[in-house]
Amino acid sequence: MMQTKTIRFRLNGVEREETVDVRASLTDMLRNDYSLTSVKKGCEVGECGACAVLIDGQCFNSCIYLAIWADGKDILTVEGLKGENGALHPIQQAFVDEAAIQCGFCTPGIIMTALELLNRGKKYTMEELRREISGHLCRCTGYENILRALERALNGAPSSHDANRD
Amino acid sequence: MFDIKALYEAQSISDAVRLLEEHPKARILAGGSDVLIKIREGRMAGCELVSIYGLDELRGVSLDDTDALRVGPLTSFSALENDPLIRQYICVLGQAAGTVGGPQVRNIGTVGGNVCNGVPSADTASTLLAWDAQLELTGPGGMRRSTVEEFYLGPGRTDVRPGELLTCIVFPRESYENYFGWYIKYSMRNAMDIATLGCSVNVKLSADGKHLEDVRAAYGVAAPTPIRAKKAEEAFRGAEITPELPKLFAEAIQADICPRTSWRAPEDFRRHIAGELTMRALQECIRLAGERSTK
Amino acid sequence: MSVTGKSVPRVDAPDKSRGRARYTADLCPKDALIIRLVRSEIAHGRILSVDTSEAERVPGVVRIFTCFDVPDRPFPTAGHPWSCDPAHQDIADRLLLEKHVRYYGDEFAAVVAETELAAAQAARLVRAEYEEYPFVLDQQEAMQPGAPVVHDAYPDNVLKHTHGQSGDWEEAVSEPGLLCLDKWYETVPVQHCHIENPICYAYMEQGRVVVVTSTQIPHIVRRVVGQALGLPWGKVRIIKPYIGGGFGNKQDALYEPLCAWIATQLDRTVLLDLSREETFGCTRVRHGIRFRLATWFRPDGTFVARKMESYAQQGVYASHGHSIAAKGTSAFAQLYRCKAWEYDARTIFTNTPTAGAMRAYGIPQVTFAMESHCDDIAHMLNMDPMELRLKNIMEQGYTDAFTGNVNRWPSHEQCMEKGAARLDWAARRALYNEPQTGPVRRGIGMSVFWYNTGVYPISLELSGCRMILNQDGSLQMFCGETEIGQGADTAFAQMAADSVGLRFEDIHVISTQDTDVHPYGSGAYASRQTYVAGMAIHKTGLALRARILKAAEEQCGVPAEELDVRDGLVIGKASGDTLISVADLAEAVLYSLDHAEQLSAEETNQCRSNAYSFGCCFAEVEADVPLCRAQVTRIINVHDAGRLINPALAEGQVHGGMSMAIGYGMGEQMLFDPATGKLLNGNLLDYKLSTAMDHPCLESAFVENPEPTSPFGVKALGEPPAVPAASAIRNAILQATGVPVDRLPLTPPTLFGRFREEGLL
Repeated sequence: MMQTKTIRFRLNGVEREETVDVRASLTDMLRNDYSLTSVKKGCEVGECGACAVLIDGQCFNSCIYLAIWADGKDILTVEGLKGENGALHPIQQAFVDEAAIQCGFCTPGIIMTALELLNRGKKYTMEELRREISGHLCRCTGYENILRALERALNGAPSSHDANRD
Repeated sequence: MFDIKALYEAQSISDAVRLLEEHPKARILAGGSDVLIKIREGRMAGCELVSIYGLDELRGVSLDDTDALRVGPLTSFSALENDPLIRQYICVLGQAAGTVGGPQVRNIGTVGGNVCNGVPSADTASTLLAWDAQLELTGPGGMRRSTVEEFYLGPGRTDVRPGELLTCIVFPRESYENYFGWYIKYSMRNAMDIATLGCSVNVKLSADGKHLEDVRAAYGVAAPTPIRAKKAEEAFRGAEITPELPKLFAEAIQADICPRTSWRAPEDFRRHIAGELTMRALQECIRLAGERSTK
Repeated sequence: MSVTGKSVPRVDAPDKSRGRARYTADLCPKDALIIRLVRSEIAHGRILSVDTSEAERVPGVVRIFTCFDVPDRPFPTAGHPWSCDPAHQDIADRLLLEKHVRYYGDEFAAVVAETELAAAQAARLVRAEYEEYPFVLDQQEAMQPGAPVVHDAYPDNVLKHTHGQSGDWEEAVSEPGLLCLDKWYETVPVQHCHIENPICYAYMEQGRVVVVTSTQIPHIVRRVVGQALGLPWGKVRIIKPYIGGGFGNKQDALYEPLCAWIATQLDRTVLLDLSREETFGCTRVRHGIRFRLATWFRPDGTFVARKMESYAQQGVYASHGHSIAAKGTSAFAQLYRCKAWEYDARTIFTNTPTAGAMRAYGIPQVTFAMESHCDDIAHMLNMDPMELRLKNIMEQGYTDAFTGNVNRWPSHEQCMEKGAARLDWAARRALYNEPQTGPVRRGIGMSVFWYNTGVYPISLELSGCRMILNQDGSLQMFCGETEIGQGADTAFAQMAADSVGLRFEDIHVISTQDTDVHPYGSGAYASRQTYVAGMAIHKTGLALRARILKAAEEQCGVPAEELDVRDGLVIGKASGDTLISVADLAEAVLYSLDHAEQLSAEETNQCRSNAYSFGCCFAEVEADVPLCRAQVTRIINVHDAGRLINPALAEGQVHGGMSMAIGYGMGEQMLFDPATGKLLNGNLLDYKLSTAMDHPCLESAFVENPEPTSPFGVKALGEPPAVPAASAIRNAILQATGVPVDRLPLTPPTLFGRFREEGLL
């Protein structure tokens, strides 16, 4: 007999109530029950960051977070991120503008970390940014343009790495 | 979807004890960054779990009326790193917590889980050990205290008895007052890695600042469990601070540690690194202590 | 206005940033059955029997297939274009499931279940009875007499041995006064680590099998599935949505044949989603290659004779086989001038995971060996390593008789000059040559590389393109070549816009290849697409432009020769005045009551050329000797990839390749248990792929010498960035510490061993 639990939570701004299998990960619930396919499966053991979402404003790997723990929480995925009038959010726009996206598989997760950083309302050094995104693995970009996008989106300034362009 | 036979969510510490008694085969699930992975790998597939993740009473850091620093075992690594009391009194513990994995792992992983799962590479364990932390375990018979050393029974084995859970990590005032510490994690990557060797050293200087009134050093991955360099500590307690001291101390700890060869690193390499880290960590502790006492 | 050469944003970036770009897992129907493979827990042996009785009792299990159920029809897996000549066909040595398991993790059974959990539980309960054989993990041990035999057809385990030579060897080496350096260098297997694991699902439709898969090569996978299942290739349809990286691992038909076969057996949708651990242990790896290099040179550094032996570790199945080692021999023979050279290259089967294509296809390995060797010679002669290279590097005008490649420009010299200037080579080299004795020492190193573009004349370079104009003057473009993250769709759209004369925003590249819909293209590999597809796009674009002009002639009464299409407008060539917009024209033509047509064009291009793509890397390190670790403090790659279609995306390719190469140099390796043959570190924690904290700012620069064989002046850039960094870093460590380290990766335990041997510790 499948063990379930009814949980209430906020998902991308909408109040939800759902009866979930206690064995489900948050990734399972978001992908299967809400078709939030921005939540990617890359390792399922919390080592790649592709499934990262914000829970009460903090970034977690949803693959090793039980769905039942979402009870009472406020969950945000990239699908819940909106700019003005349906435009891209400034973070998304910075990723587009800085060519920070290649295959795109790690992108939603890193954008969630970027949002957490933005919401802290402080400015970051390059070293701090490196540490903050170190839980996301990317094989395409060498992180270089991602860091440039973060500098642009979070510090509101062109990247200090621009000087190293040819 | 995890292969879990049954999951019981504890509503309180006493409820957790009751659930653990009712389901003697059940394992405790805290943040899950260790247990859920083992379930997925099949090593713990089909297990019963008691989830204590919802027990907010086990989170956070406080000072009690004896000025003992009390750390809730469910405090996440990131919360520990950013906690003002930890920063003030045992800054190095936050520093060690900040070397675990990456940001998302630090948000879910807990200091209690780090010590209870018994792995030798646990980044916070060597600091708990080096600062004489005491563990409060609550079970059917009430609460008991254990030192961290006693708590480690062997590789991957800790002294969590049937029906028990870790409910507090306590640093008595005398264990932290006037001590200054430094932790160095040696790993193959600068993030998302486990320690090849962890070294946590702290010192208390004499009033004149010229002697080591006390020195404590603990290691991760230098033995089957986190260990203290007790013989070296004893030999150097009271030693005069000279330029050669860190090197001599680093040589002395070699007798206390017994690293092993694994596919991750050979024994002689770990031994060499342990010495080098000890030297650098002790230098840093002395510098910090000196700086603080001249202020 | 030309859009090629401009850093326009990627066409797929907004959707990817919103998380709405669809990858294979996002498209799979929720009622798909789940396949879980059961893998051998020994490194070599024969399956005598499989007991599935207990597994079949798990609720939700639909069917368990074993190695005794699959057709005995061997098939090849390599993502090469097929050859009608049996002598040039890839080796067909795979079955869908194996009775003769040849490495730890070889699949011998497949559980199909209603849920992921049931499949996993059942897979754990499948029991195999083995006849165990001895196994061998090292390629040179595998060549020894009496070594375990991986394939009966190859009793000495040597998949292939090629020998090449040029010049009069005896005459060359008998020159008086020559010095010689004869050394071994070693590279080890590494993994691609695309963040999306290989995944595919299959279903039946109208008596045909459809496979949706994360692949770089849909048209090739169609052929392989047809071969494996014994189906006419037209009965197979492959659909390739967005993919989360490939890097060569998905240039192989990995599990599509098995997934398709199971769909045909069950007539249900079935999903095969590999775990990360399976991706590491059971897909493809980069060949570990051991090299012996010997160079005879004059005291002034001039190379006279060069010799190479290479031993490539193939693993268990042939996959791309000897092609990788063979490509390395071209680099060896061509990069440096000398009077005589000779090589022997061998690819050897071992009981380890199969090696296949990985970004730069054998060149990172041979470059590590050659470029380390170069610095060892410079060190011996106390000579500036860049000077030594400039003295010996392939001369301008050199022509490779086989490919027809011509070294048309002083690319090597220009790239070196640019890199040296950016990192202040001369001054730093001199500074770090001063005696260093403290724990922290600095050094700067460099390396150059050889690469080419595509696979002509070894394989077919066919590329198809179709363009269909809409009534509003926008167009859909269908290319056989694939977007795998590198930005192909964007570059294709840029080239299409310029070829037809439309605006960039009016081009819509259909990103999802569907072999039922898309013309043939071999796919994403060999850094070929911008070059090869560029030709097809250009040809198709000109054809469509001609049709537009013909229609304009009919519509406006002006001869087509006097017209041109620019920015979506039909203009008079002489006047520059607009006659009609392409939009108005397309609408008028499509709805014409007397001569209605949809303006479109389709062309196939056979590329009969290749092009050199050269460059270099400069790296500066800080070595903490007692801590046995080196940190890269600055690093730059300089490339001559011809004209850049999109400089920002080109730069992104360079960054990604550099990061991969730094990992290759500093930390990545696959470790096997000598006792069992089991992969020890097959996960993203224990395999040390770089995080954002593991390398410095990645710098890049370009020299844009136009390539005349390409209508857009382009040549390879996808793979070359992954080539030079490892040896540049190694050479920087050599300068910093005086210690040559000849085995990758340069991990702390490796440095510890070498520093102790050399008396630094």
